[in-house]
Amino acid sequence: MNRVLPGFAVSLGYTITVLTALLVIPLVALSIKAAELSPAQFMAAAWSERARSTYYLSFGASAVAASINVMIGMLLAWVLVRYDFWGRRFLDALIDLPFALPTAVAGLVFSLLLVKNGWYGQFLIPLGIQGAYSRLGIIVVLVFVGLPFVVRTVQPVLESLEGDTEEAAAMLGANRWQTMRHVLLPAVRPSLMTGFALSFARGIGEYGSVIFISGNMPYKTEIAPVLIVARLEEFSFAEANSIAVVLVVLSLVSLAAVNWLERRSRRYAS
Amino acid sequence: MSIKIQNVSKKFGSFTALDNVTLDVPSGTLLALLGPSGSGKTTLLRIIAGLEHGDTGSIHVEESDVTGLSARERQVGFVFQHYALFKHMSVFENIAFGMRVRHLPDAEVRARVMELLHLVRLEGLGGRYPSELSGGQRQRVALARALAVRPRLLLLDEPFGALDAKVRQELRTWLRKLHEEMHVTTVFVTHDQEEAFEVADQVVVMRQGHIEQAGSPQDVFDHPATPFVMDFLGHVNVFHGRLEAGQVHLEGFAMDTPEYQHSGSRDATAYVRPHEVDLHRSAQSDTSLPVRVVHVNPAGPVTRVRLISESFGVAINCDLSADRYSELRPRPGEDMFATPKRVRVFLPEDYVI
Repeated sequence: MNRVLPGFAVSLGYTITVLTALLVIPLVALSIKAAELSPAQFMAAAWSERARSTYYLSFGASAVAASINVMIGMLLAWVLVRYDFWGRRFLDALIDLPFALPTAVAGLVFSLLLVKNGWYGQFLIPLGIQGAYSRLGIIVVLVFVGLPFVVRTVQPVLESLEGDTEEAAAMLGANRWQTMRHVLLPAVRPSLMTGFALSFARGIGEYGSVIFISGNMPYKTEIAPVLIVARLEEFSFAEANSIAVVLVVLSLVSLAAVNWLERRSRRYAS
Repeated sequence: MSIKIQNVSKKFGSFTALDNVTLDVPSGTLLALLGPSGSGKTTLLRIIAGLEHGDTGSIHVEESDVTGLSARERQVGFVFQHYALFKHMSVFENIAFGMRVRHLPDAEVRARVMELLHLVRLEGLGGRYPSELSGGQRQRVALARALAVRPRLLLLDEPFGALDAKVRQELRTWLRKLHEEMHVTTVFVTHDQEEAFEVADQVVVMRQGHIEQAGSPQDVFDHPATPFVMDFLGHVNVFHGRLEAGQVHLEGFAMDTPEYQHSGSRDATAYVRPHEVDLHRSAQSDTSLPVRVVHVNPAGPVTRVRLISESFGVAINCDLSADRYSELRPRPGEDMFATPKRVRVFLPEDYVI
């Protein structure tokens, strides 16, 4: 077959090689290691009550954090796109900070703020809000590390929305709420979904910041990666691997689901 | 509904977009705001719509003062240059939007949308998304959407600016026809004088934030009030000379200007349109100027002839009708005589730049 663009075979070969080396082989190695266990042993390692509580926390906290990020991120992107104010460019640059900052630093800083004598903690703890060493703390740091993903996916879409679409809605008699609900949100919904997916994925993968703020208490604030580390420290490599396999499968399934939703919400743009 | 615009001014920072504009639009007219970019025509339209608010002045629709009302409250239909359709809604829902936000009953909405789809000749396309339509179809949807809520006024901002020549032409004719059926007071903005003349009952020529001239297309074209209007409405040849006893004198060449019979001797600028220049092989009178033919372009409805007057060093454009061209057959390099059939003279103190 003749193609306009030369080098298809080479490019495809390159892509497949890289993907194999980086993704497929590690996944196969992981599965083989886990397969050393009998099904019963696998279940005991990967589906114990303690393990299940870590999955629940990892995915649950990530989903909650990603949802919060969708709301905060949408507002931030809106402000950055629609208003011109002193310091806007600085704020815009600041959004990317969580991308670059070692997440352990974020974990450290937020635990400092949320402990009893911390700047936030001194007000929150008397109200019964335990920030540090709690699930709430995990959500706070996941919001921090995931926020730029939402802002950066929504921002270009808001920029590309001509201001006259909103003006058109106003001329037709829509109030601000109706414009927001029926005109703006549907237009940015696909990018919000993408932002959600990225932030969610980031949350599942997060380790550094969480271990500082969560206290890593089994059944309470222990996330799945921490359980893996715990198993490794006990030299239970196969058990650690089985938990990892479950994480891979759950991650793939949830990302596939979000992707499907995202594609569905883009139908009109075809 | 009539529109009364009184003493409206608008500044954007240090830029004056509108400078004390006063304009009456009688009920049922189709009015064109014509001017180059930066003349304030779009700003004026947006102020009528309520999308901008003037720094001073007032807007009345019929008898009521709408100056303080928001765009939402003015019940005005607005068509944007780039359509501004809701991309995630079907054509049907786009047109229905204005009625939906007013919570009209579904059956009524449906009937009205069908009626409008028929009006803009898009029957059967209600289920499409805007991305599946051509530019001309999108603009018709935008128009139907604006008309759906039975607006008191219809405002269009360069409605055909983004379309190609043939579609533009079709939509102009169609807009004119639509206006005759509906009689909604309509104001549209354009920088295309041909479009303004073809579609509008009233033309308002704007320049640097003020109204240069307002009147019927014929009036504005035949009696331009200022050199700017003269120049803006098509090509024009400019001659600088002195006015004396009813004639403009260039060196050894004069043009009759009977309207200035009694003015004294003064500097003046004479304007002649290319189609008001005639060509001859012999001098007709002292109003004929010896010229050399530089270029002849017989393509199109008129033959464009480019002439140069060597004694004055000015280039002159001359448009000959097809008949006159076949009679005369001027060839490049030939020496001929140009005779202005009609001259407009503007004295420097008649206008302020």
